[in-house]
Amino acid sequence: MGPSLTFRAGVHDVLPTVFGYIGVGLAFGIVAHTSHLSLLVVAGLSFIVYAGSAQFIITSMLLLHDPLSAIFISTFLVNSRMILMSTSLAQYFRHESLTRNLLIGSLVTDETFALAMNKQNKTNGKLSFAWQSAANIVAYLVWGIATLVGAVLGGLISNPERFGFDFALTAMFIGLVYLQLISDRHLGLSLQLMVMLFVALVYYFMIGIMSQNFALLVATVAGCLFGMEMKKCR
Amino acid sequence: MSMSLTELWTILGCGLVTILSRALPFVFVKSLTMPAWLINFLSFVPITIMTALCCQSLFIANPGHLATLNLANCLAAIPATLAGVLTKSLLMVVVVGIMAMAVLRYFSIG
Repeated sequence: MGPSLTFRAGVHDVLPTVFGYIGVGLAFGIVAHTSHLSLLVVAGLSFIVYAGSAQFIITSMLLLHDPLSAIFISTFLVNSRMILMSTSLAQYFRHESLTRNLLIGSLVTDETFALAMNKQNKTNGKLSFAWQSAANIVAYLVWGIATLVGAVLGGLISNPERFGFDFALTAMFIGLVYLQLISDRHLGLSLQLMVMLFVALVYYFMIGIMSQNFALLVATVAGCLFGMEMKKCR
Repeated sequence: MSMSLTELWTILGCGLVTILSRALPFVFVKSLTMPAWLINFLSFVPITIMTALCCQSLFIANPGHLATLNLANCLAAIPATLAGVLTKSLLMVVVVGIMAMAVLRYFSIG
């Protein structure tokens, strides 16, 4: 990943994360197939909802005939971390037009957010509409196509986990968090390590008493507050 | 190729919920001046959210009890992290991670 912020650089920078999308996208397609969702519904979920982990939850709730209101609330809770990420990312695009902000905002994901945060460490805190759009669009298309391919192949591959592809997403986040750790000079290494440890502890204790998605949110917010206090003490 | 009315409403409703969560913050941030404490708070979001997302794969929730480690994911995370330290390349972390997991599964470890 270099400092260039062109569209082409965006396409190049997003490529390593594509494996994560393909692995999880195929998995989602296969799950959707076994849950008897048609290709049209899979396409609708991937291209209109476009919400990774929420899609798995929606699928299982559809299968259980849960009420629409419950499905909407679950989707909101699972995706509420997006509010934090979008608020963070939006600061880099305040000078752009409202339309461009909305275009970027509608396609932000965990992965393209994390990638953008890595990128701005290399560009003195700058991001561009072209770069971010390239990353967003490639991610969007790869995700949608991977889920459709998964749904089609669903009947053929019975055990995709054998090949380890389900680990791609975890590996990607490990890579992104490591690169963030070593390149964020603003916060520094020791402060970030303390915050990471704190987040892991909070998450560890919270998943016993609340849902995983809620624990993720609590750990994130608690980690930010902890970080602010630690920064004051330095 | 079919879609029930429930499925259609689910897609449209969840699509709306998701796009609002994503896009509305961009509108607010653009039109309002952010207070210093909020900017300070948000500067920790990347590291905290990525750490929490990693934890989601490394821990297994046992409702009512303490969490346990997802052994296979934790084991595969070791070579993946080493690949990151050695190469500083995201692609290598992912490729080494997948290979490590495939090997673990082949020997039915974890």
